Amino acid sequence: MIPLSWYLIVAAVLFSVGMFGAISRKNAIAILISIELMLNAVNINILAFWHYHSQTLGYTDLHGMVFAAIVIMAAAAEVAIGLALIIAVYRQRKTVVASEVNALKG
Amino acid sequence: MNYELLTWLIPLPPLLAFFIIFLATHKNNKLSHSLAIAGAGLSWVFSMMVFFFAIGYEKELTSSISWLPTAETWLNIGVQVDALTAITLFFVAWTVLMIFIYSVGYHNFGQPKGDHDRPGLAPHGAELIDQDGKHKHVLSIEPMYARFFGFISLFAFAMYVLVVSNNLLTLYIGWEIMGLCSYLLIGFWYAKPSAKAAAQKAFLTTRIGDVFMLIGLAALYTLTGSLHYEVIFSETVLHDLATTISPVFGLSWAGLIGLLILMGVVGKSSQFPLHVWLPDAMEGPTPVSAMIHAATMVSAGVYLAIRFFPVLSAGWDGGSALTTPMVVMAAIGSFTALFSATIAVAQRDVKRVLAYSTISQLGFMIAALGVGAYIAAAFHLVTHAIFKALLFLGSGSIIHGMEHGVLHTQEHIDPQDMYNMGGLRKKMPITFITFLIGGFALAGFPFITAGFWSKDEILSGAFNGGFNVVFWVLAISAFITAFYTMRQISLVFLGNPRTSAAKHAHETTATMTFPLVILSIFAISIGWVGIPEYFPVIGGIVPNWLETFLGSMLHSEHAEAHHSSIPLITSLVVSLGGLFLGGLVYRKIQNTEKDPLEWSLSGVYKVLANKYYIDEIYQFVFIRPTEWFAEKIVYQLIDQKILDGFLHGVGKLSMWLGGKFRFWFDLPIINKGGDKMALGAQKMGSNLKVTQSGRIQDYMVLALAFSLLGGFLFYLLLF
Repeated sequence: MIPLSWYLIVAAVLFSVGMFGAISRKNAIAILISIELMLNAVNINILAFWHYHSQTLGYTDLHGMVFAAIVIMAAAAEVAIGLALIIAVYRQRKTVVASEVNALKG
Repeated sequence: MNYELLTWLIPLPPLLAFFIIFLATHKNNKLSHSLAIAGAGLSWVFSMMVFFFAIGYEKELTSSISWLPTAETWLNIGVQVDALTAITLFFVAWTVLMIFIYSVGYHNFGQPKGDHDRPGLAPHGAELIDQDGKHKHVLSIEPMYARFFGFISLFAFAMYVLVVSNNLLTLYIGWEIMGLCSYLLIGFWYAKPSAKAAAQKAFLTTRIGDVFMLIGLAALYTLTGSLHYEVIFSETVLHDLATTISPVFGLSWAGLIGLLILMGVVGKSSQFPLHVWLPDAMEGPTPVSAMIHAATMVSAGVYLAIRFFPVLSAGWDGGSALTTPMVVMAAIGSFTALFSATIAVAQRDVKRVLAYSTISQLGFMIAALGVGAYIAAAFHLVTHAIFKALLFLGSGSIIHGMEHGVLHTQEHIDPQDMYNMGGLRKKMPITFITFLIGGFALAGFPFITAGFWSKDEILSGAFNGGFNVVFWVLAISAFITAFYTMRQISLVFLGNPRTSAAKHAHETTATMTFPLVILSIFAISIGWVGIPEYFPVIGGIVPNWLETFLGSMLHSEHAEAHHSSIPLITSLVVSLGGLFLGGLVYRKIQNTEKDPLEWSLSGVYKVLANKYYIDEIYQFVFIRPTEWFAEKIVYQLIDQKILDGFLHGVGKLSMWLGGKFRFWFDLPIINKGGDKMALGAQKMGSNLKVTQSGRIQDYMVLALAFSLLGGFLFYLLLF
């Protein structure tokens, strides 16, 4: 049986990659993909904890799975809106570089 | 028929007319005078019904309601009709209605508007151009016609309230409203300085008496706990008042209260020394305000004195030992009677003669009360009201006729000066006949006129009571009265016209002559109700109704001691003698300037013509010092120096303190602090500006940093 820490390490690596991408990438679509990575890392964490928790309880409850499913739904909605925004920005400014979209600069 | 309710209703129609005229109909002259006359007429109908009920049943009508709650009890007000109220109602109702009708003609209803008349001045007359293109001057309508009817309606209301009330409080209310109306009507032509001054003089002079009267009422209320006649005039209360000693001069309370209320009477009925307002009151619209000041309002004072006779005479046994208020009344009354009769002799203004004669006749009544001739005083009150109303309305008619002549001839003469008249008997026959009747009643022409009977009663009352001084003073006054009455009649009506205006004088309209005729009927017939039974030959033919009727009100019978023919002979001699002498002296005056008395009395005439210089003395003794005090002490010292000085000091202190606060607190703390705060905010903003790069990833890093920091702090605090 694979220990819990392995899952957590994979999730942490995945999250860090996502965070690095979200902070350092220039392309707005790439930032969106990085955010998806972070969300999925969190999902791995949730499912891993759920699995081990079910085993200690001795029976299967659905809470963790439902939680993960809701996160996936939220991620899907977020991607839909994020892509729509990026397309709208692109139509206006002919660019998808996040740092060039700085109309709110103080 | 509910006569109590009817009595309540007597004063109300004129009050309603007053409000309707002032609130709604004052733009419409015809509607206004119709309303006023309808109001007065309705009151007249009610009064006559109550009067005939009262004399028919000889039963007192009383009715009262709770008005104001006073702790556990209620203050009651109400109405009462006894013998005195009934006869007063009789003459008030008649004279008031006659004033109202007369005023329509007097204020030139139906005449055109004047060319340059304006409110506040008497009408100047209008110029008309007739068909032939000729200019014609005619009388013009009063500019404030409706307003006048409003005022006299209010006046009528007040007089009725005073007469029908059964307590001194509502009597006092009516009394004061009449004071107000008197002021408003004397100052009716307020743009004339003399009218304005006369109005103020009347108001202030009567106020002096009223203040004392109010003190008297307060004392009475404190002592007896009531202002109702039936309580105050009950035997026990009178006895208590007469026997307890007041703190002033050792007078009994009845004496003190009597004197205080007598002051009110002196002010209202214009007795010496408060008589000065009445002659000046002739500044008002000629006959009407004059008549208020002759027939009705000044009668209110005597009415109160008669009403109050039980208190004034409390402790009097009917003999010659008079109570203090009675002595004062006898002295003031007889002195005033003689004093103002002598002034009347030297007056040239037709109205002023009558004004002084009014004062003199009121003096007769007060003197009669002073010697205990209660019924004679009430009798003279009624007859005088009627014939003096007649005389004043007649004089207004004379002046009106003269004004007509003055407008016609465009002469610049005073239409009220008797020396500018003469021979008016042919021009104004109705006025002449009625004025003659009124004048003879005033002079006491024997047997026919009402004035003879009432004056004879007063003289015999004074003589039979043994008050010889009062008797002779009144007899001399009566002689002078007859003299100046004949002087007036001769100067106005007899002889030949002395000016061309008098030649063109004209009889006045029917609305003015009708009241004259009605009143002259009363001026003769009203005397017959009071012919004494012991009178030779005609005594007893008509029963002495008045004495029986009024005598029923007195608590104790004051039996007449004996009847002497001396007073009768005296009244015959003085009235006929005075009339004869007056006619003899003034029968054929030709020039307009000199009075025959002027050379025969020389210096004395001047004193009389100047009214004994009383006005000048008051001016010197009271008015000047008051004005000096007001100007120098009150205004210049107290007001300007002390009060203004204090206020200016407070102002300066505040200014100084404000300046200090500004430099110490406002500028350094509030202003600078505000500025600093604004600068700080600005600086902080410009420093924080760099964080707002507009780049989404920078915000993400910041959010991460803060959430890490927050998580760390959270961890630190919780674990």
